[in-house]
Order: sequence, then structure tokens, then C-alpha cells
Amino acid sequence: MQSEMLCEFENLRAKSINLIKSAKEKGRKVVGKYCIYSPMEIVMAAGAIPIPLCSTKQDPIAVAEKVLPRNLCPLIKSSYGYAVSGVCPYFNLSDLLIAETTCDGKKKMYELLSKIKPLHLLQLPQKQDEEALQYWYGEIIKLKDRLEVELNVTITDQDLREAIQLLNEERRSLKDLQDIAKLKPSPISGVDLLMVLYNRGFSIDKEEAVLMVDRLTLELKELYSRGITSFNMKTPRILLTGVPVGIGSHKVVQIIEESGGNVVCFESCGGYKAVYDQVDEGKEPLLAIAEKYLRTPCSCMSPNIARFELVERLVDEFNVDGIVDLTWQACHTYNIESYSLKKYLQGKKNLSFLQIETDYSESDVEQLKVRIEAFLEMISIT
Amino acid sequence: MVITAGIDVGSTATKAVIFDGTIRSMAIIPTGWNPKETGRTVFLEALNNAGLQERDVDTVVGTGYGRVSLSFIDKKVTEITCHAKGARFLFPQTRTVIDIGGQDSKVIAVAEDGSVADFIMNDKCAAGTGRFLQVMTGILDISLDELGQMASGSKPVSINSMCTVFAESEIIGLLAQGVTKEAISSGIVQTIANKMISLTSKISCLEEITFSGGVANNPEICVILSSSFGAKFNIANQPQIVGALGAAIVGFENYRERGNKDAIRNVM
Repeated sequence: MQSEMLCEFENLRAKSINLIKSAKEKGRKVVGKYCIYSPMEIVMAAGAIPIPLCSTKQDPIAVAEKVLPRNLCPLIKSSYGYAVSGVCPYFNLSDLLIAETTCDGKKKMYELLSKIKPLHLLQLPQKQDEEALQYWYGEIIKLKDRLEVELNVTITDQDLREAIQLLNEERRSLKDLQDIAKLKPSPISGVDLLMVLYNRGFSIDKEEAVLMVDRLTLELKELYSRGITSFNMKTPRILLTGVPVGIGSHKVVQIIEESGGNVVCFESCGGYKAVYDQVDEGKEPLLAIAEKYLRTPCSCMSPNIARFELVERLVDEFNVDGIVDLTWQACHTYNIESYSLKKYLQGKKNLSFLQIETDYSESDVEQLKVRIEAFLEMISIT
Repeated sequence: MVITAGIDVGSTATKAVIFDGTIRSMAIIPTGWNPKETGRTVFLEALNNAGLQERDVDTVVGTGYGRVSLSFIDKKVTEITCHAKGARFLFPQTRTVIDIGGQDSKVIAVAEDGSVADFIMNDKCAAGTGRFLQVMTGILDISLDELGQMASGSKPVSINSMCTVFAESEIIGLLAQGVTKEAISSGIVQTIANKMISLTSKISCLEEITFSGGVANNPEICVILSSSFGAKFNIANQPQIVGALGAAIVGFENYRERGNKDAIRNVM
């Protein structure tokens, strides 16, 4: 799809660096984060700029491997390599980092990162019940306290309520955008959708980003009603689940679409799971934030039934023909969970399932093409 | 009469089958360094074997890792789909295909109607492939045929490394300890069997099982594999051509369905 709107999103990242720089010169603080468990409402309430940090490219991995083991997930290596080599501008601009104890690799990497930049580590519980919520609520309060001290501000309930409203609105707009791909055939490719979801995170003006996303959603609706799309009724519709994907680590999405499929739904971190539910605006703000973020499905949770249920629901809502479960090499939690997810779905849905284990490099592209093309042939024939 | 050709450009061997509802002819040659040229050569050789000209062929389908390099084909289909098709043609009750090729090994679950239900392939590594066997025979200084003969009836020594490079070191160590070539050969074949069993455990593996690919040429290895699986294997006279046969059948079915080759030409 060629569109001015998409170009705007493509240029967003480059544009935002200068905006962040000038905001910093005027005294705004910047808080960097890696993961969707980081509650950005509190950062917004503190008047700081929340910004996602680079972690999706192969380039800095060689630098990271001077310290980190080779046999580690590429996302962790890329994050660390970007940080230590100084090539992530957002990392350089950050005054504070927020991180969580999700998987083992990440939490140990964060210990190293905390040596080079102030880092607040949230101790994320690995279950999602009432007891875990109380613990996590405590962690959320500690984060608020730390931000107040570190950024020299007072965060009021009113600040939090406003931030919650704004980010609920952002989630609403991102969900509406992703829901557009429920249309058959979808008016947007998975690669374009991923680019928008990824790049919009770098926008420092949240209100404007919401408007931009809403405009794109309208434009896509319009395209659909005029029958303009690169896909057709026979295009296999793929749901991507598993590890986080971004621009730079999107080779599997690209191969799927170059081989004739369409990724219509990203259940993964930057996609649907981040926006499918909201912070309750009627409750005590920090508790409501704790509840929403703890509900996030992730393979670091045990059990992680929320992921299975979400995937199952999305399969129907998006009229999905096949599931691709992406695992980064050495990501044990998603790798092991793939077996359980496949079994769970097999009992309920009659659809094909392909697990792909790979890294950020291009070395296995030909082998991946065989698997993905064969998978699409399998879906198309049946 | 409809006549089709299937060309399977593998990492080690390139295969062609001419098909008209039955197998008219076939050809197998080493792939070498130029898959494009080899694909063409094997096609002409198979035509020659059938006493046919290129113009007699209604449609040509390419498969195998080198499928992208063939300029004269009308369609390309992955080896997964082709192996399932070829195996079902040769053994109509096939529900599982085990293929061990030069660079890939794969297990394909075939649905009752013959379509691919699920599949799994080895990772980007030589474990459980023909290349693994090739490297190991190199250290033992024996041929693949001899490996099978030596392995047959010998008690296998346990070889724990799946990685070709590490397994090589492990075998060098075993030789230094004075372990016999027979026990090592048997251990090597057992490693392949174990790798294939671990692949099949992730998908449903129903009987009948058809074994294809170059490694299936070796009768002793087939016996060891099939007894490890505890199931009888179907093995074609020419197990290497199953993929090329499947490609020719895909072309044949599509051509009969649509009636002309332009209709099936794709631009993937």
C-alpha cells in the first residue's frame, strides 16, 4: 500500500529524535523502557517522555557478544549491544530506564545495564492471581516513588488519572487500527501494520499520535470500501504469536507476505496483547494500573493461560487460516510454551500451526522460505 | 495425453521425473556448484531416457532448495508438498513421510486425503542429514555403503553429539580409545535414528511410513531406522526421486484441472 499516511509513520522516528532533544533542553526528562510491562501512565504522570529503546536489529549483536553469551536470545543481545555501543539515540537521551524481571536472560542483562545508566527494576511476579497483584501493586508504588525522587516531581492522583485516560485512548486507537485487518481481504499488509505499530511508539506527542492512527484507520476503511488491497479472498490469513517483533526483526513477517500470505494479526508484544484491555478509570489509579499490566499475557508467566485464550479468540475474530508461532533462539519460555499452545489449539480449532525458531540474522532465510512456503501451500490446498 | 516433468534440485543430487500418469523416465545427477545448469541437464537427460523432446512436455514443476534457480519451469512447489504427493503415489496408504536428504531432514504428516497435515524439519544444522553421515564416513575412511554394512548387527557405541562438528571430535576420541569401526558405524546410524524419532515426536506419526531421500538407498540403515521406529518402512526402488515425482504429479494434476500451462504459471 502506498500512502502519505504510511510515509508520515515511516518518518516519525527520525523526527522524534529532534523533538526529544529540544524538549530535554527545555527541562523535560526522558524515561526509556524495553517491555510492555512498563506502566507508561506513571511516567506520563511524572511529566516525563516515555520512549521505547532499540532492540530489534542484528547490527549491535557482535558488540553485545563481547560480554553476553552467544547462545542467548537476539532481542536481549541487541538491546544490550545498542546500549553499550551508544548507537541507540533514545538510550543516550534517557535519564532513567525502567525494566522488569521477565525472563532470566533479561533480568541478568539489566544487572549489567544498571552499571551504565540509572535503572529501576520492577520485580514482576510470574503468576497472575490476587497475591501476585498485591505484590505487583507494591512494585508499582515503588516505581512512582522512585520517579518522584529521580525526576524531582510530585505525582498526584489527578496526574495519574489524566495519563490513564490518554493512554487508554491511545490503546483504543491502536486496537481500532489493528481491528481493520479483520476485514477480508485486509487493506493493510502485516509489514506495514508492524511498521506503524512500531514507529508510533516513538512519537512524543501522544495526542497527535492518536489522531494520526485514527486518520490511518479511516483511510484504510475507505480503501477497503473501494476494494483497494494487495490481497484477495484466497490469501492465507496468518496470526503471528510468540516473541516480540519490530522493524529490523521482521524477516519472518516479510517472508510470509512475499510468499503470498498476509499477517493479519500480531498477538505478540507490540501488537494486540498490549492494547486489548484497558486501565479501569473508576478505580484507585495505581491499583488499576497494576491490574491492567499484570494481566498482560507473556510466557514468563506460569501458567500463561491468558495467552492461549487470547490467541484462540483472535483466531475467530480475524478469520485466521494459520498460526505462526515465532521463537527467538534461546528463548526457552516461548520455545517450550509453543508445544502447549499447539496442543491447546489442536483440541479446539481446525487450523494449521507452524513454530519457527530463528534469530535476527539472514543466515537461514532460504530454509525459512521452504518452511513458510510449504506452510502456505498446506493452508491453501486444504 | 498429458506429459509433465518434475525437477528436484537438492543440495547433493538433482533429480528429474517425466510423468504421464505413470513414471515414464527419471534421471539423477550430482548437483555440483551450478544448480541452474544441473537442473537443465537432468531435465534433458530424463527426456532423453523417455525418448521425448522438450516440446512434448506440457508443464514443468520445480522443487528442492534450487527451485528458485530454474528459469525453464512453469511453477515451483516446496519439497514438503512434493514428497507427500510422490510418496502417496508410490504407496497410497502413506500417512507419514520421512525424508533424509543431503542438507535437510523432514517428517511430513499426511492426512487421509493425501494432503499435508503437518510437517517438521531439522534446524539450520546438519544433525540428522545425509551430510552428517558423509562427514562421519570421511573420518572412518569408508563409503556410505560400507557404513551401513558395518553398522548392521553391531552393538552401537553411544554418540551423544547431534552437532556434526562435535560428533566428529567425539568419534576421533572413540577411535583413540580403540572402539571398533563397527560399533562406531552403528552408533552413527543410531544417532540419525534418534534425531528422526525426536522430530517425529512433535507431530503425529501414523503408519504407513514411507522413507525417502538418498539415505534410504542404504538397506542396512533402513533396517536400523525402521526397527528403531518399531514400524515397517515403505521404500521405493529409487527413494531419491520421490520429490521430483511429486513435483511432476502436482504439474499433472494442475494441468488436467485447468487445461493449459498458462493457467498454472505462478509468480511466487
